[in-house]
Amino acid sequence: MARLEVLKTYKIYIGGQFPRTESGRFYTVSDPKGKLLGNICLSSRKDIRNAVLAARKAFGSWSERAAMNRGQILYRIAEMLEGRREQFINELISQGSTKTKAIQELDMSIDRIVYYAGWCDKYTSILSSVNPVASSHFNFSVHEPTGVVGIIAPNNSSLIGLVSLVLPVITGGNTCVVVASEKLPLCAITFAEVLNSSDVPGGVVNILTGTNKELNDTLSTHMDINAVVYGGDDLPAFQQLQENASVNVKRVFHQTKEWLKTDAQDLYMIADTLELKTTWHPIENIGGATSSY
Amino acid sequence: MAAKKKMAEATEWSYSPSPESTTHIQLKERYDLYINGKWVKPSSGNYFSTFNPATEEKLAEIAHANEKDVDLAVAAARKAYTEVWSKLSGAERAKYIYRIARMMQERAREFAVIETLDGGKTIRESRDIDVPLACNHFFYYAGWADKLEYAFPNRKVESLGVAGQIIPWNFPLLMAAWKIAPALAAGNTVVLKPAETTSLTALKLAEIIHDCGLPPGVVNIVTGFGDTGAAIVNHKDIDKIAFTGSTAVGKIIQKAVAGTNKKLTLELGGKSANIVFEDAPIDQAVEGIVNGIFFNQGHVCCAGSRLLVQESVADIVVRKLKDRMNTLYVGDPMDKNTDVGAINSKEQLDTINKFIEIGKKEGTEMFQSACSIPDKGHFCPPTLFIDVAQSSVIAQQEIFGPVLTIQTFRTVDEAIQKANNTPFGLAAGVWTDKGSRIFNLTTKLKAGVVWANTYNKFDPTSPFGGYKESGFGREGGMHGLNAYVKLS
Amino acid sequence: MGKEKRAQSEQLLDFRNSPAIDKVGVEERVARFQSRSIKNESKKQGLLIALNMIDLTTLEGKDTPGKVKQMCYKAMHLHDVHMGLPTVAAVCVYPSMVKIAKNEVKNSKVKVASVSTAFPSGQAPMEVKLRDTKFAVAEGADEIDMVISRGKFLIGEYNFVFDEIATIKEACGNARLKVILETGELATLDNVRRASDLAILAGADFIKTSTGKIQPAATMQVTYTMLMAIKDHYDRTGVMVGMKPAGGISTAKQALHYLVMVNETLGAKWLSNEWFRFGASSLANDLLMQIMKQETGIYQSSDYFSID
Repeated sequence: MARLEVLKTYKIYIGGQFPRTESGRFYTVSDPKGKLLGNICLSSRKDIRNAVLAARKAFGSWSERAAMNRGQILYRIAEMLEGRREQFINELISQGSTKTKAIQELDMSIDRIVYYAGWCDKYTSILSSVNPVASSHFNFSVHEPTGVVGIIAPNNSSLIGLVSLVLPVITGGNTCVVVASEKLPLCAITFAEVLNSSDVPGGVVNILTGTNKELNDTLSTHMDINAVVYGGDDLPAFQQLQENASVNVKRVFHQTKEWLKTDAQDLYMIADTLELKTTWHPIENIGGATSSY
Repeated sequence: MAAKKKMAEATEWSYSPSPESTTHIQLKERYDLYINGKWVKPSSGNYFSTFNPATEEKLAEIAHANEKDVDLAVAAARKAYTEVWSKLSGAERAKYIYRIARMMQERAREFAVIETLDGGKTIRESRDIDVPLACNHFFYYAGWADKLEYAFPNRKVESLGVAGQIIPWNFPLLMAAWKIAPALAAGNTVVLKPAETTSLTALKLAEIIHDCGLPPGVVNIVTGFGDTGAAIVNHKDIDKIAFTGSTAVGKIIQKAVAGTNKKLTLELGGKSANIVFEDAPIDQAVEGIVNGIFFNQGHVCCAGSRLLVQESVADIVVRKLKDRMNTLYVGDPMDKNTDVGAINSKEQLDTINKFIEIGKKEGTEMFQSACSIPDKGHFCPPTLFIDVAQSSVIAQQEIFGPVLTIQTFRTVDEAIQKANNTPFGLAAGVWTDKGSRIFNLTTKLKAGVVWANTYNKFDPTSPFGGYKESGFGREGGMHGLNAYVKLS
Repeated sequence: MGKEKRAQSEQLLDFRNSPAIDKVGVEERVARFQSRSIKNESKKQGLLIALNMIDLTTLEGKDTPGKVKQMCYKAMHLHDVHMGLPTVAAVCVYPSMVKIAKNEVKNSKVKVASVSTAFPSGQAPMEVKLRDTKFAVAEGADEIDMVISRGKFLIGEYNFVFDEIATIKEACGNARLKVILETGELATLDNVRRASDLAILAGADFIKTSTGKIQPAATMQVTYTMLMAIKDHYDRTGVMVGMKPAGGISTAKQALHYLVMVNETLGAKWLSNEWFRFGASSLANDLLMQIMKQETGIYQSSDYFSID
């Protein structure tokens, strides 16, 4: 007799834990043949609220970690994802992908994570500057993470879109609240499991499933979110998001690259969610040469 | 009860021996050369022994590579470069180098133990400083492999080809990491010669490189003496030479590559000034002085070997320094509590003692810490010479041992002048509570590394290298890539 | 006694002249102490020394005579199953419990320390603090643990703090005075150093880190800073002052790190309970468990050690 498999419950990921949506609601996704794939949490604005609290709580220690340490943690995400190849490939296929495309998507996701892991302790060297001011001061500009970032993953990708938006944000030291693809939510939650086993502290990445219609507004009006990255292609929705964001002067970004391409990753996606701080300090000149650098 | 009886008097509490375990390490009796992904016998058939400088016991036999072997290694490196390594994408190169970093982390303790056995540095330093820095160096440069164009705005970036690298005995594994990691990240292949007294950790690194599946010939390790190094320097098919060692040999190498197209970087000797102002946080400055000259038994090119202390606080600094030196444990490097280990070789100990004799003859007050010295092995107690003049030999020449010369100064400008008045320019230390004074000094000191209110701090992201006769080129950080790329 | 100290200090030192402390440098120095490896005989010796340095403490609003009596018994009978263990150095209680404690420990070498001066906040007029102290002394306290006025210190009224310490010292009579700096509220190491210098000059027999009522309590970093103040004073004058880190030291491992630090800064003379104390409650049992582990070679369970 064939062995009965244990079906997975798809919950959401907040603060390093896997709670159900506090609303108790669900929606279903099915494979191309109509077979039920899972009852997915239909998250509410209260879940967003909880996720933002978790992200804010995690921000202090995540942003203050040594950059090298962040890099090693991110690299470990790649290690864990690599170890789960088969599971992800199957999940992508069950949501309508072909095997070739699924493998391509997975390879790109893993390599992209390795790419950003390597940026953690390098972007500062490139983006920062020592500024040769005209007075006798040492003047330097350094970047800091902006804080909690809201991310709306593209609807037409289950994995690579989310990975491509989340990694540059956390590389820079931010924490985030992610609204997964409404149509293809499975890999987002399985990816949360990968994050959870990767030494990524709870609260650094929080992932919710549900509808954009319900969740985008809460995200974009939330006063304790510092920036929003929108990965979708619904222009009216994006405009609404931009208008909402003005309530606390959020930084807003629209990212629509072709995520399966190798060059859909760069330094500037990290720079987007960083703030620049410039500091002055006197240079005491006792004898001889003048002024500054 | 022993504790109760001693309540009214001083309670002597000495630490029991705490030797690091060595049972888990694997050392072969004899090591061949690692060329083209294989262990190859030296064509001369000659081997030499490597010893534990703390016990004078033989640890293993090491192959002596000659010109023929170097030729084989360079050919392997060239083939690997042309056919494999230069054809890989940066992202793929990165993943190889990440593998090396991760595997080094997994085998970290074995590395630390062998480093201490072979070189004499304390296990505490191997374990807590050398090995972690070496692992992190590979991890850092791995991340640059697919991002090179960001480091050189407005330029097309290419690799050079085959790099010949010669490293010293004071930080064997760490120097191997400093050389190999950026070279590979930039797309080059490597022929590396470790120092003859400390070849073991480079050979263990070769084992890891092998286990990581790095394509054959990308990294080749040829062990031997100065002649092996000369064969590398003079080899016609090498594109780049990187050397860390004494200034004297550095000059020979610089002369030897004249007229060729070989790119060259040199990391040479130093006689770095550690400057303590009267407003310095005094106890931390004393720690900084101790760390500056007694770390790694003073076998450090950037050692703070000249203390310049403001006269108004000279007495208190020297007194505290002597007290602190008397709490240093000198002895078996494998004991976890040892602070100052063995001198790397008899030759080096002789050199150090020669300078100590010169110092005594020059007539300044000498102080040595009240520690017991083991009767076997090569050891030197931490030593101070007080009230030294700028013109004394021991204040000018690099001793490369746990010997500190102390001079006083009165004004800021005098400190700067004394610090810069040397053919060397590797590092300097500045101890003061005043921020604006720190920046005054950093702008005026002619040194490649300035440590303010700290000393002997290293990080893969931080460029290291010297001014003047301390060499040219930088290792570490974004700037460390310069040495290994061709820009057009 | 207090007046003499006052004159001396006015001549000798301006409280603003304490040396600058670099926090990062202190962190590094402290990390070296924590990486010492204490094994076998030296570990056993250290554990016993530490045990004998404990001020077993109960300072709760809900303390009763019964609670104090039980603690005093434990102080003198740490683990009678094992022969030859020392007692702790002292018990530490509120003034209202001093008489009871004194009666319990009267036939042993265990001392009775009492907090006073409106512990833990110190926010009370001088008459109240003085009365608190005199009461405790009259009840039989061998040692007084006072708190300084942190608010006054933080606004720069150093003379006020000096005077209050000197005044309480006078009221102590033969009792030894421990001055609690409450380093967690002083926040910076520069402040800790200045407060230490000030307390030493004002007549402290011991300087103590914390009340144990707030976080952070004792840390290696503040203790190191205070030990160096003691060392500088000893080098200048030949006078010894004791040190007591209190609160937050609950494991034998931590206690040994502290002993290493004392050993390598002040030296062997301070390695006795006349000059060094641990203000702790649960530390004793962990020390006992480690002592038993050293002797038997097996890891212990807390079920086998009394929790009073």
